Amino acid sequence: MLKIENLHASVAGKEILKGINLEIGAGEVHAIMGPNGSGKSTLSNVIAGRDGYKVTAGSVTYNGKDLLAMEPEERAWEGVFLAFQYPVEIPGVNNTYMLKAGVNAKRKHQGEQELDAIDFMQLVKEKAKLVELNESFLSRGVNEGFSGGEKKRNEIFQMAVLEPSLALLDETDSGLDIDALRIVANGVNKLRREDRSIVMVTHYQRLLDYIEPDFVHVLADGQILKSGDKSLALELESRGYDWVKEEAAA
Amino acid sequence: MSDATLTKKTEPKPEEFTNNEYEAGFVTDIDSDTLPPGLNEDVIRHISAKKDEPEWLLNWRLEAFRHWLTMSEPHWAHVQYDKIDFQSISYYSAPKSQEDGPKSLDEIDPKLLETYEKLGIPLREQEFLAGVAVDAVFDSVSVATTFKGKLKDAGVIFCPISEAVRDYPELVQQYLGSVVPSGDNFYAALNSAVFTDGSFVYIPKGVRCPMELSTYFRINALNTGQFERTLIIADEGAYVSYLEGCTAPQRDENQLHAAVVELVLLDDAQIKYATVQNWYPGDENGLGGIYNFVTKRADCRGPRSKVSWTQVETGSAITWKYPSCVLRGDDSVGEFYSVALTKMRQEADTGTKMIHIGKNTKSTIVSKGIAAGHGQQAYRGLVRIGKNADGARNFTQCDSLLIGDTCGAHTFPYVEVKNPTATMEHEATTSKIGEDQLFYCRQRGISEEDAVNMIVNGFCKDVFNELPMEFAVEANRLMEVSLEGAVG
Ligand SMILES: Nc1ncnc2c1ncn2[C@@H]1O[C@H](COP(=O)(O)OP(=O)(O)O)[C@@H](O)[C@H]1O
Ligand SMILES: [Mg+2]
Repeated sequence: MLKIENLHASVAGKEILKGINLEIGAGEVHAIMGPNGSGKSTLSNVIAGRDGYKVTAGSVTYNGKDLLAMEPEERAWEGVFLAFQYPVEIPGVNNTYMLKAGVNAKRKHQGEQELDAIDFMQLVKEKAKLVELNESFLSRGVNEGFSGGEKKRNEIFQMAVLEPSLALLDETDSGLDIDALRIVANGVNKLRREDRSIVMVTHYQRLLDYIEPDFVHVLADGQILKSGDKSLALELESRGYDWVKEEAAA
Repeated sequence: MSDATLTKKTEPKPEEFTNNEYEAGFVTDIDSDTLPPGLNEDVIRHISAKKDEPEWLLNWRLEAFRHWLTMSEPHWAHVQYDKIDFQSISYYSAPKSQEDGPKSLDEIDPKLLETYEKLGIPLREQEFLAGVAVDAVFDSVSVATTFKGKLKDAGVIFCPISEAVRDYPELVQQYLGSVVPSGDNFYAALNSAVFTDGSFVYIPKGVRCPMELSTYFRINALNTGQFERTLIIADEGAYVSYLEGCTAPQRDENQLHAAVVELVLLDDAQIKYATVQNWYPGDENGLGGIYNFVTKRADCRGPRSKVSWTQVETGSAITWKYPSCVLRGDDSVGEFYSVALTKMRQEADTGTKMIHIGKNTKSTIVSKGIAAGHGQQAYRGLVRIGKNADGARNFTQCDSLLIGDTCGAHTFPYVEVKNPTATMEHEATTSKIGEDQLFYCRQRGISEEDAVNMIVNGFCKDVFNELPMEFAVEANRLMEVSLEGAVG
């Protein structure tokens, strides 16, 4: 389980996260909502270990280990997965090949035998069905020429293959049309497990209609101002964020 | 509460990009017959006599030499090096055991066999990659050519050029210097004067060469230049796929390699010429390494002939090389696919020339340059559409990838169009290896080093796809840019 305590982080000399406290238990689904620029992606990036984010105070522990001391790939091996808000294109690098390298690096780290090409292909085809990803995407360059929606679908497909224990989904719903949203959300639901925590960053209640969160948090100006259950999301939908800020300031 | 401060680099530091150990850097301890350094007419006479050459060839060499004396070293390339002292180089070196020319494989000096085996080029036919014939050139001489018999049955001539001079003088006299004239440029003139060995290929009319042909060049002796000359003639309707590979020992002194390659294509002929160049690049401070100054040109004389140059240039301290296509025949096609990697202090100025003369001629240029460390990289390309080249078409794509902040990439595309019906397309990109791409891969569990290699290889994929299978694997391996010490 993930434990974030008093996390402060800055980007390019500017403090973005100003004391985040958050605990996420095994199997829980948390939704993080909040205005644009409030630090939601920054939080995901800091947890995943992206360069350029400077943690100035606080701690992030995962299953008792200090995540902040690890390289990004080591965090991935520990089971951390980030579905990117803006998945990057890597021209010429085969989607399946990249994933296979990731899966096998993790297996190697865990002392398991690496999967061969045939076994891996089988695994990948099975997982592609989960998000109704056409097999033709498997052999294309990583996100190369994918539409916005296809990129998001590819992220959840990768999550299915990598089987993380902590998945951070950063605005996976944005850019999806209503059918694609349903498909991707169904995919995520199938991936819900007792030993897998999911953190969803989203602006919209409609994702939460499909994937029901156990907890909802409001992140504004680098702090979690309010936490509640799924009814909080409905309230935010109708009232916006300002009242939360006012309440917090009071 | 831990006071964790993330102080990780946002960009890999250039000094972290080091050369993977240069595996071909060993020296073969062999007794050689080496000319003392220096260049004059006597040296040329000596080389010619060593090879038992006919009078016409000696005269051709001497004429080239006299012309060379009037020329000056070109300095327009985007490379920097100290002036070469041409009198300090030895122009001939041959293993003593090879004195009487290439022998049958059973008679070859075991040290030579061992050298090529270490390089992954076993010369014993039964051991070699099935379907590839090899000519092995060691310093100034060819030491072995495999599968000669099998090729001969198909009518294909594949032998050292010195042997071709002796056995097929009419062919050599007809074509030698007909594509790259002896006075073409400074290094071509030098090569014409002192060339020692290289491969000769003739594919007769209508013959599809039954196997891949390959020449493996090895520089071994100290202070010796290698001046090889390759001549390939594809007669009407003939087809051949040819590969060359190059390595040299790791030494502190710079060594000069100035080759000339001439390809002749008659009607409907096709030649695929691939190079995997891995000469010793020097060390991280720029000490040592090969100066690779090469003239390569294909003459598509016949209509519908087609030539493709594919090169993977990862070695050498300095590379100066522009494999070119003269598209003389109507409907002839020229292609150039190139990957050049410069790291440490390597410099490369490379590209191509597509000279459209015939009607409906077509050319494609795909150039991928990767610079890391303090590497410098220039693409220099000329596309010339002559006034009679109705309907000529060119497509040029030229991409550069930078790794770190201390390397550089430059493009110098030259275009001359004298026919209004020509179609030209040009695309160029320069990108840095993206922090976002690296992070994406690492987030999926891939180490930083593997991620860099994956991204670099992806960048080169369009070119690697043009290589024969066996060489594509080799090329992938050579592209490894290690990020030593950057992880952990
Ligand atoms: N790499 C960066 N350089 C400069 N500013 C950044 C960078 N990344 C994020 N920021 C800034 O940090 C703030 C929070 O951004 P972000 O975490 O992406 O917000 P959210 O995901 O909640 O919309 C914004 O003001 C944004 O401009
Ligand atoms: Mg965001």
